[in-house]
Amino acid sequence: MFGNILIWFVIIPVLMMAGLGLCRNSSMAAIRTVMVVGSTILLALAIWLCVDFLALRAAGNDAEMLFTGSWMWYAPLNIHLAVGVDGISVLMLMLSAIIVFAGTFASWKINPLPKNFFLWFALLSTGVFGFFISIDMFTMFMFYEVALIPMYLLIGVWGTGRKEYSAMKLTLMLMGGSAFLMLGLLGIYWHSAPEGGELTWNILEIAKNNAVDPSWQNLLFCFTFVGFGVLGAMFPFHTWSPDGHACAPTAVSMLHAGVLMKLGGYGCFRIAIYLLPAAANELAWIFIILTGISVVYGAFSACVQTDLKYINAYSSVSHCGMVLFALLMLNTTAMTGAILQMLSHGLMTALFFALIGMIYGRTHTRDIRQMGGLMQIMPYLGVCYMIAGFASLGLPGLSGFVAEMTIFFGAWEDSDLFHRVFVIAATCSIVITAVYILRVVGKLLLGKVQDEHHWQLTDATWFERLSTVTLIACIAGIGFFPNWINETIQHSFLPIVQAIQNAI
Amino acid sequence: MDYSQFGAMLPELIILGIFLIVFLADTFSPENGKKFLTPMTTVLMLLATVAIWIVPSCGEAVFGGMYVDGPACKAMKCVLNVGAWICMLEAAKWVESDVMYYRKGEFYELILVTLFGMYLMISARHFLLFIIGLESASLPIAALVAYNKDKYESHEAAIKYIITAVFSSAILLTGLSFVYAFSGGSLYFSDIAVQITSGEMSGLLIFALTFVLAGIGFKLSLVPMHLWTADVYQGAPTSVTAYLSVVSKGAAAFAFFIIFVQVFGQVYSAAWEWMLYAVIIATITVGNLFAMRQKNMKRFMAFSSVSQAGYIMLGVMAANQLGMASMMFYILVYVVSNLGAFAVIQMIEDRTGLVSMDDYNGLHKTNPYLAVAMTLAMFSLAGIPPFAGFFSKILIFTSVTSHQNSMALYMLVLIALINTIISLYYYLLVVKAMWISADEPKIGAFKSGKCEKVALTVCVLGIVFLGLVSYVYKYFIDSVGAETLLALN
Repeated sequence: MFGNILIWFVIIPVLMMAGLGLCRNSSMAAIRTVMVVGSTILLALAIWLCVDFLALRAAGNDAEMLFTGSWMWYAPLNIHLAVGVDGISVLMLMLSAIIVFAGTFASWKINPLPKNFFLWFALLSTGVFGFFISIDMFTMFMFYEVALIPMYLLIGVWGTGRKEYSAMKLTLMLMGGSAFLMLGLLGIYWHSAPEGGELTWNILEIAKNNAVDPSWQNLLFCFTFVGFGVLGAMFPFHTWSPDGHACAPTAVSMLHAGVLMKLGGYGCFRIAIYLLPAAANELAWIFIILTGISVVYGAFSACVQTDLKYINAYSSVSHCGMVLFALLMLNTTAMTGAILQMLSHGLMTALFFALIGMIYGRTHTRDIRQMGGLMQIMPYLGVCYMIAGFASLGLPGLSGFVAEMTIFFGAWEDSDLFHRVFVIAATCSIVITAVYILRVVGKLLLGKVQDEHHWQLTDATWFERLSTVTLIACIAGIGFFPNWINETIQHSFLPIVQAIQNAI
Repeated sequence: MDYSQFGAMLPELIILGIFLIVFLADTFSPENGKKFLTPMTTVLMLLATVAIWIVPSCGEAVFGGMYVDGPACKAMKCVLNVGAWICMLEAAKWVESDVMYYRKGEFYELILVTLFGMYLMISARHFLLFIIGLESASLPIAALVAYNKDKYESHEAAIKYIITAVFSSAILLTGLSFVYAFSGGSLYFSDIAVQITSGEMSGLLIFALTFVLAGIGFKLSLVPMHLWTADVYQGAPTSVTAYLSVVSKGAAAFAFFIIFVQVFGQVYSAAWEWMLYAVIIATITVGNLFAMRQKNMKRFMAFSSVSQAGYIMLGVMAANQLGMASMMFYILVYVVSNLGAFAVIQMIEDRTGLVSMDDYNGLHKTNPYLAVAMTLAMFSLAGIPPFAGFFSKILIFTSVTSHQNSMALYMLVLIALINTIISLYYYLLVVKAMWISADEPKIGAFKSGKCEKVALTVCVLGIVFLGLVSYVYKYFIDSVGAETLLALN
């Protein structure tokens, strides 16, 4: 069991929690050491996995999942702890590792109760990593919920503003989504094998059996897609996202917008679309409408906000809507774009929230009307903010451009009127994105300094620089070398698109 | 009469033995010998649990088929025993206090008698024996509820309890008398099961089943038979409330399953499926909605336990091997989670007399360990992974959905799942009070006693590991499978 590299993605955060448990609440140095060592190991592990994965693929190993392992857990119900990764999960693990690493440095001076903060933070990352390595629906769902609940305390205790309200709203809405999801998964399990066959929770086997009765598929598809869609901020279930992100502490916003919302998109296609392909063909139009609304509505909402975090939260709704929108186009190109968008959005939102946290930590306000000309005062943070903004509005050379281009190319493949109308509407969101990004950049960074006290503020410290440089390097990396990512994930869509084709 | 048949009743004999030892020690020991009563009883209870678990049951029906102690019965008794043991540990501090000093023997004796009655309820295969068990399991509890003899609420609660207990027994007996008419003059479970299959369905049978369901439903505080719960839970001494909410409820749930599935299983879809369906929805929902508004922790736990009873009943709804095993697992998890919460409530009430949720504000500043334990208990009750409550909830939902083409049962699970969100809300209110509230803590730091520490540690270990270790569930599945469960359909 311990010979499998994937298991260590769960074991290391657990060890981090154990290590933190031994630290005293007052000894900040020990807590930081544990976190830095742990998250560095995780990052190294993710890179190693990536290299290993590419090497195996290059050597001609074209199994659907690599590094698979399966250990019996609840024998009477055939529940396994089953792990395995394809190109998409590898990249998601990489993204999570990067953001956990950056998040650790972004919350360098967390106060009060630093030990408890990092304990919950580590639990959250356990859930995230566990989710991406699982190929067993039960363990996947378990890790999914593990990732959700720490949010309550992380926002409630260490958040700002209306934190109690937001924490409760976020937790209840996400758990409400997972209630639907649970029922969907149970339905899939009990219909996972043909009459007389052995029922299974294993995603690969279910896809191979393809035994879910067509009369059940539609219902289960709705349950699972809505369940994951809530976390993917699908309209009209997105309302937790602005409040939650606005009140969360920096590292939590980063991890939540950067990684957790990707759980929704990842789950949508790994479970809803892959396992219920007939229903996906039939019902995609409903969700195309909903996610289309998310894309446009999120962008418009971002235009009128004045709180930096709210702007980014609504922009996340728009961008994450784009991910689901692209997945529902059900073709390889658009899905590739969706994955690129997940990575790109994960990195740039994390960067955004990190920067907002740093700015807020200095100015103690997030209202753009009360700030201005920050470029003159803290040039480093200002430049970083601009880079994040340009990535967000899709400037070529940064990650956003690659992702959105691919999505729209793919989405154009469906030539009927319905698809065309929604694709065009979604494309317009790019323009609106440019409006709100440039508005913020203009108000916040350029122009006159609004508040005389701001002249005393300092620029980024070393740990803040480390956090941002990591993220910017990745954003630019995707922008300049998208091919590398394409090659990694290319292979992974074959079985899924195949399943959809067969189901027509 | 063949006295060797008593050998088959090993669990009951063990409890009876402990009862006698405690009784004799209590009666004849000198004044300063009484201080050994608590350690002695708790250690004996622990040994008894292990003994019942280890010694294989003979599994034969004795006394003409009136009594059976199969592997499943044994497993259920173990669950109850663990609960009673933890309850005793939690009560130890209170029992050792000055007012209680001369009455502590009685406390243990009463608990043991009720436990004995619950064992009979589970093992009875004849309704007369079942009624004897039921009565000896419920009447002594009234005495326990009235144990705070200088407190008005305690008396009021006891009167309420005894009236509902007697009333529910009367209803149950009425129902059974109709069943008696149906079965052609026999009260043996096996005879009734056979007769009901061959006899045709009639309004009278549904009438009889309604009465039986209501009679046992009182013990489980299913809605609409739950009205006594909150007042009794609030008035009773906290240790007794804990005992009532887990052990007493657990025993009634086991008996409910055995009676409805083994005896009336043949008329599952014809007679009682819809009845139970409606009762479960009402129980879960009403319990949840009332719990949201409670400020007194004991009333809060009372309504939360009403709603939990609804989830337990989902196992009966599944009515198969998975359902039974999941229900046993659910109750075991419920025992550790609920008793974990009650341990904290008990300690705080004992030291400071505070029981309001607002009093818990900022608890983590003064008593971090208690706050952590309470948080884990709340998460487990709400069904949050990786704690045991998550697994018990999912397993019981899985068992219900095993009727894979019944859309109605899927909808039932959906309603139950949505209700878990409501329950999450109010469980989080407690967490919020302890961790998030900015108020100055009202509860000062205090040290917990040895027994309380043991109890809380056991609960926390249970909450953390019961779900992650699949062995327990497998053990329940095996033990249920080994016993004849009348097949449905």
